[in-house]
Amino acid sequence: MKCQHCDRQAVFHITELETGEVREVHLCEEHARTYLNQSEAAGEPPLGKPGGLATPLGVGQTAEELSVLDQKTCDMCGISFFEFRNQGRLGCPHDYVAFEKELEPLIANIHGATEHVGRRPQQAAAIVMPQEGTEGLTRVIGLRLEMKEAIACEDYEKAKENRDLIREIEETWLGPAVAPPPPEATP
Amino acid sequence: MKIDTLTDSIGEWLRGTGPESDIVMSSRVRLARNLAHFPFVGRASEQERFDTEALLRQRIAAAPLGGSLEYIDVGHLEEIDRQFLVERQLISREHADAQGARGVAIDGREQVSLMINEEDHLRIQCMHSGLDLAGAFEQIRAVDEQIEKVVPYAFHPKWGYLTACPTNVGTGIRVSVMLHLPALVITRQIDKVFRSLHKISLAVRGLYGEGSQAMGDFYQISNQTTLGKTEEELIEQVGDVVPVLIDYERRAREFLVRETQENVHDQVSRAYGILRTAQTISAEETMQLLSRVRMGVLLGLIGDVTIPDINVLLVRTQPAHLQKIRGVELDTNDRNIERARYLRHHFEGGAEPAN
Repeated sequence: MKCQHCDRQAVFHITELETGEVREVHLCEEHARTYLNQSEAAGEPPLGKPGGLATPLGVGQTAEELSVLDQKTCDMCGISFFEFRNQGRLGCPHDYVAFEKELEPLIANIHGATEHVGRRPQQAAAIVMPQEGTEGLTRVIGLRLEMKEAIACEDYEKAKENRDLIREIEETWLGPAVAPPPPEATP
Repeated sequence: MKIDTLTDSIGEWLRGTGPESDIVMSSRVRLARNLAHFPFVGRASEQERFDTEALLRQRIAAAPLGGSLEYIDVGHLEEIDRQFLVERQLISREHADAQGARGVAIDGREQVSLMINEEDHLRIQCMHSGLDLAGAFEQIRAVDEQIEKVVPYAFHPKWGYLTACPTNVGTGIRVSVMLHLPALVITRQIDKVFRSLHKISLAVRGLYGEGSQAMGDFYQISNQTTLGKTEEELIEQVGDVVPVLIDYERRAREFLVRETQENVHDQVSRAYGILRTAQTISAEETMQLLSRVRMGVLLGLIGDVTIPDINVLLVRTQPAHLQKIRGVELDTNDRNIERARYLRHHFEGGAEPAN
């Protein structure tokens, strides 16, 4: 038997079963490779691309509900849910709290789960709150944004307040600005 | 670190050693981590990216493992050097093509690489030759534990490690093995195998290929989900399927030898012949032919080439490697001529063509 696409001997005989239809394909080695690569490409789920993330959100939500949802923004980094849906990337760690309700079905869809069960950071155990994790530190992202706005409005009092607060929080979490020698290295 | 010193070495995943290395090229584990006090890279201002890079760079250097790492400022590299690191699998294509402050720290054996300001603030990768997911995980865990002592990773009790893309949230772990599956391709069983892998939520990607189209029968199998399972369970998910795939590939190789020995021998010999005599050859064709020769060696049909030899050629015939070895920039046509020359020299007697 000849290949469907050229005069060479067909060495691959493929039976496709798709949506109840049976289709036979006879190909030479070269055309079989192209054929198999194509169907493989088609089978790849669009994970990681914005489109792939955006789609599951539409399920069970009306256009109106979606447009209200889209306007929601994060207090820390200022990203709107609409921007996230378009880019497929979140703006900052606080988004997981700010958009928790919206993200939950999406994450369930991707992972088939909504609860982390793996490792937890060791260092932070002393400061990380059992309920809110590193949220206390993530606050500085919003404070920095506010500080910029205050400077733009020439409200230097407010800007200075924010700057001091940011320093204080960062120092609590990160220690002094210059990296201290790690505990193992100190005699 | 001088990129040029890397051209003389070959890197961990090309060593061609480790368990099952006739089929498993390499085992890789990567972790996605972010600092809690900066926006994710895609949302960060130029200054914030700069600060993120500076903080991570300093603190990693000061950690115990810092002494064994070399730092490369990717933001200030020439395009060809960035491409070189991609071919080497030390940085991702996205990291190479991105903008702003970013870098990578690499250990001398090229097992560990820490990408700063990729999609996430920190992407830790650990790669071992052959099938060794447990070893790669043990090593990456030690690295991660050192870093989390000196920087605050963004973490939420319910969602786990927080990442820029929700597809990585939770453990932030991606476990993958790179397999060489020529016999499954020739016997057209590969498609069926991949469909069943998708069903158990494992992803399949090609080596250097655009999208999912694999080049030279090299395929990467990895986990799709990162939340709701422990790191160990996710490693198991990938690790459990590898022996099955190895078994399929071995049986397909046996079948080829048993049923179509002349055919296979002919194909493999022709591939070898072209590599030894061609006057101009593309990177794609080279990889396809090297894949066939690799199988020929493993089936005992070609005697005078070794597997590490082929592995080396696989990476050194890539565009950026070829240009680094020659020491000049070359356009596609000249590269194809140079590649053919390099291959002929290599097979003639081992001596590398002089610069």
